[in-house]
Amino acid sequence: MTTTYDLLVAHPFLAGLPLGHLERLSRWACRAPFRAGMRIFEENGQADRFWLIRDGYVNLDIRVPGRGDVIVETIGPGTVLGWSWMFPPYRWHFGAVAIDPVLSIAIDGAGTRALCEAHPDFGYELTRRFMAVVVDRMQATRIRLLDLYKAPA
Amino acid sequence: MTTMTPSRYRVVERTPETGDTVTLALEPVDEPLPVFRPGQFAMLYAFGVGEVPISVSGRYGVAGLLHTVRAVGATSGALCRAEPGCMLGVRGPFGRAWDLPAAAGADLVIVAGGLGLAPLRPVVRHAVTNRARYRHVAVLIGARTPDDLLYPDEYDAWRAAGLDVLATVDRAATGWSGHVGVVTALFDRLDHRPADTAAYVCGPEIMMRFAARGLAGRGVPAGCVRLSLERNMHCGLGHCGHCQLGPLLLCRDGPVVGYDEAGPLLSVKEL
Repeated sequence: MTTTYDLLVAHPFLAGLPLGHLERLSRWACRAPFRAGMRIFEENGQADRFWLIRDGYVNLDIRVPGRGDVIVETIGPGTVLGWSWMFPPYRWHFGAVAIDPVLSIAIDGAGTRALCEAHPDFGYELTRRFMAVVVDRMQATRIRLLDLYKAPA
Repeated sequence: MTTMTPSRYRVVERTPETGDTVTLALEPVDEPLPVFRPGQFAMLYAFGVGEVPISVSGRYGVAGLLHTVRAVGATSGALCRAEPGCMLGVRGPFGRAWDLPAAAGADLVIVAGGLGLAPLRPVVRHAVTNRARYRHVAVLIGARTPDDLLYPDEYDAWRAAGLDVLATVDRAATGWSGHVGVVTALFDRLDHRPADTAAYVCGPEIMMRFAARGLAGRGVPAGCVRLSLERNMHCGLGHCGHCQLGPLLLCRDGPVVGYDEAGPLLSVKEL
């Protein structure tokens, strides 16, 4: 059986992180499987953790009056789900639903913040990695804002 | 008959694809034009309106052509309204085709954005027919909304033939449970060997830039990433110069161009 620590060490988001940091982070981590269709979190719910996705895909959604839950983005294996745990008021801006069976590692937000405070080098490295994810998603969003597939006027 | 003179083709079928896009099946009235290879284009003439370049999206019967046309202007609008029985003028074939890998065992990655799937459909059909020739074949499709996906009824058949077909949309509609995001986000789902990959990319130019950059970043040699570029094609013969992209006249030297050649040109603002 693969342990949570094994999953953590093998996850691309944490690749190259010193073993000491990984060991400390693993104390706040646990396996988190989700069945297809299972809601992982609700918009405006308490953002108390984040997930490293190992297998499966997750849709981020938002409730739109008259339209129901509208998907805004899909994220997949090798990346990270959730960053609202980093900043007050620690509330999810969007919801998340597993599209297919998802295996992830859930990591406690308050524990991770405490680790970052106690070990600034770890905090810097983790923030830098989250920043890369944020930049990737922002750039993808900017491209979508261009509405490239719209018929030319 | 020369490539300067339109041949008469009759519309024999008209299939609406999306709200503004139709596929026309054409059969020759005069002597058929030479065989179009995947990626080449024709100049379609709506008599009395005008002529526009349209890629071939497939063959129809023995000598017929399939063209998928989006109504974006007067001429393309007239073509989209052409009903069975209507006569059109066709010139071609023009341009460089998608060069499919000669070596067996290569991985194929086909990346289509919006209407870009039309000129790639012959490549997809080639892969379906010759599936055993290639190792992994992926078809990545991006569209504005689920309703804008082109040829959705064919995806299951492509999957059944062993192709990995993945679609994503920029804007999900209610009820859509598939992937949402840019087409390049699907690259993470590719199971391919970059050094042995032949990639075919067609769509809006910005999408192609990002897709080509992403594929090159994964290790696909730039010369193995083919883009189908578009400029203002008129004569189709490399004479008028309207379709110039730096040293290239795309009606003759394109529309299919390797990213090794196209990449530096696409980053020049003035081009």
